[in-house]
Amino acid sequence: MTLEEIRSRLQSGVPGCQVELVVNGSPSGQNSLLLDRDHGLAAATLLCDQIQLDFCSNVTAVDWPDREKTDKVKTKQMVDGEEKEIEHTIKTRIPGFLEVVYHLFSMTKHLGPVVIRMRTGNRSDDVTLPSLTPIWRSAEFQEREAFDLYGVVFEGHPDLRRILMWDGFTDYPMRKDYVPPPDDELERLREQ
Amino acid sequence: MTQVAEDIMEISMGPQHPSTHGVFRMDVRLEGERVLRLKPVFGYLHRNHEKIAESASYLAAIPYTDRLDYLCSMTNNWGYTLAVEKLAGLAVPERAEYIRVIVAELTRLQNHAGMVGFLLQDMGASGTPLMYAFTQREKVLDLFEELSGARMMCNYMRFGGVRVDCSQQWLEATARLVGAFGGFLDEFEQLLTGNEILMARTQGVGVLPRELAINAGVTGPGLRASGVNYDLRKVDRYGVYERFQFRVPLGEHGDVFDRYMMRVLEMRESLKILEQALRDIPGGAIMDPKAKLRGLRPKVGEAYARIESPKGELGFYLISDGSPNPYRYRVRPPSLINLTVLEDMCLGQNIADVVVILGSIDIVMGEVDR
Repeated sequence: MTLEEIRSRLQSGVPGCQVELVVNGSPSGQNSLLLDRDHGLAAATLLCDQIQLDFCSNVTAVDWPDREKTDKVKTKQMVDGEEKEIEHTIKTRIPGFLEVVYHLFSMTKHLGPVVIRMRTGNRSDDVTLPSLTPIWRSAEFQEREAFDLYGVVFEGHPDLRRILMWDGFTDYPMRKDYVPPPDDELERLREQ
Repeated sequence: MTQVAEDIMEISMGPQHPSTHGVFRMDVRLEGERVLRLKPVFGYLHRNHEKIAESASYLAAIPYTDRLDYLCSMTNNWGYTLAVEKLAGLAVPERAEYIRVIVAELTRLQNHAGMVGFLLQDMGASGTPLMYAFTQREKVLDLFEELSGARMMCNYMRFGGVRVDCSQQWLEATARLVGAFGGFLDEFEQLLTGNEILMARTQGVGVLPRELAINAGVTGPGLRASGVNYDLRKVDRYGVYERFQFRVPLGEHGDVFDRYMMRVLEMRESLKILEQALRDIPGGAIMDPKAKLRGLRPKVGEAYARIESPKGELGFYLISDGSPNPYRYRVRPPSLINLTVLEDMCLGQNIADVVVILGSIDIVMGEVDR
């Protein structure tokens, strides 16, 4: 089953679900489906039950910080009574987000990998995504890890706690803009 | 140890406990000796391996992968190099593929032998089985040392091939080991498989149902002990595994005994693969001439590659942004994900069986905590 077919199955099976095909430029050719987070749980249930992707192998998060895109635009202006082309640089800010990636396989039909991803609204206060642990138990520890190291909040996760860092820790160390505290500060944090 | 109510007690097993295979803790709630709840606690060995690899070049991450599952550095290397090869579109010469199969199956032999030894150690059979296993493991490590210069941290594979070629003498020494290993297995099984104490401690203990095993993403011998025919050497046929004749052993009951038997039977299948690989290994180059080790900059994109490591499905997920170091580097650790079902297997069992069940999962903390 191709990714296009899965996409149309999702669109017909889950009303209102937006599915976008994300093309992968590398020779691996593993393209992925970007699901909108409001319908993520329903779409994943369909993938598990109807397409029999019963094995969720890998769950991970990726941090995409805010970026600036610079475009050069040429406009014609009158300068000293003469028409001249002047180059402007326009900077557009692309807001960052956190992305969660699931690699799905089928143990019964030997399908896969089918890669699905979901994105948060931003990196600070809108970081909630639906948890897929109710469908695939294998996501339990891996979603906890994504919460611990990236700060993605999974709604519906049965036991969302820090898994590798200690409980009193407040930052998210796998984010690209994370700055580790100085050693003595770390020592103090640990003792708390 | 806290007394929660009458007859109900909470104890913390580990992190400094010989049966936890490293620094691992379980918060266990007990009623008498029966387990009511069990929560694993991780992170004592956490060093953020993924962050380290993201700040290093593609080549520099290879020695770090040795330290994930430090008993199986060869298969860790293979998983990572396979992911880079997919990401950058590199081919591997035939001879290198065969050498990879040989060292990976040798890794499986020494891992499984050691695992059985430790499992018996956990049951109270102090010394003898573990020392038997370690005499064989020692011979495999000697081969690794001769080939790569290191016994455990081999750092042997490279994307596009392997680091150094193996000599004819090395192949002959490996063939001698493979020839003698069957006799060791017979002896080992004679000592263990029919043993009454082993059967009493393992049969019907820690049963993992088939559906739960699939849903919880259990992989490797633990999955096959529950009767699911899923071996990546057969399913994905990575490397040159499609050229070898071997069978995938399957269990029926999914208990600790089946998980023990899987290891023994898989060692016998590995010997078959090794015999064929040693017979058929071709000559030629060991590195793809197009592979650029230093300063590799794959095109923008991502790749997920997985192999059947001795512990289960070892996956690597890489995202490249065109720079010399990976934008995202992720390890899918089989040891951590196989622990998802630890509580399910232990509920209702005795506290002494928890040690045996944990031993039958076969974890290495270097990979669980990363």
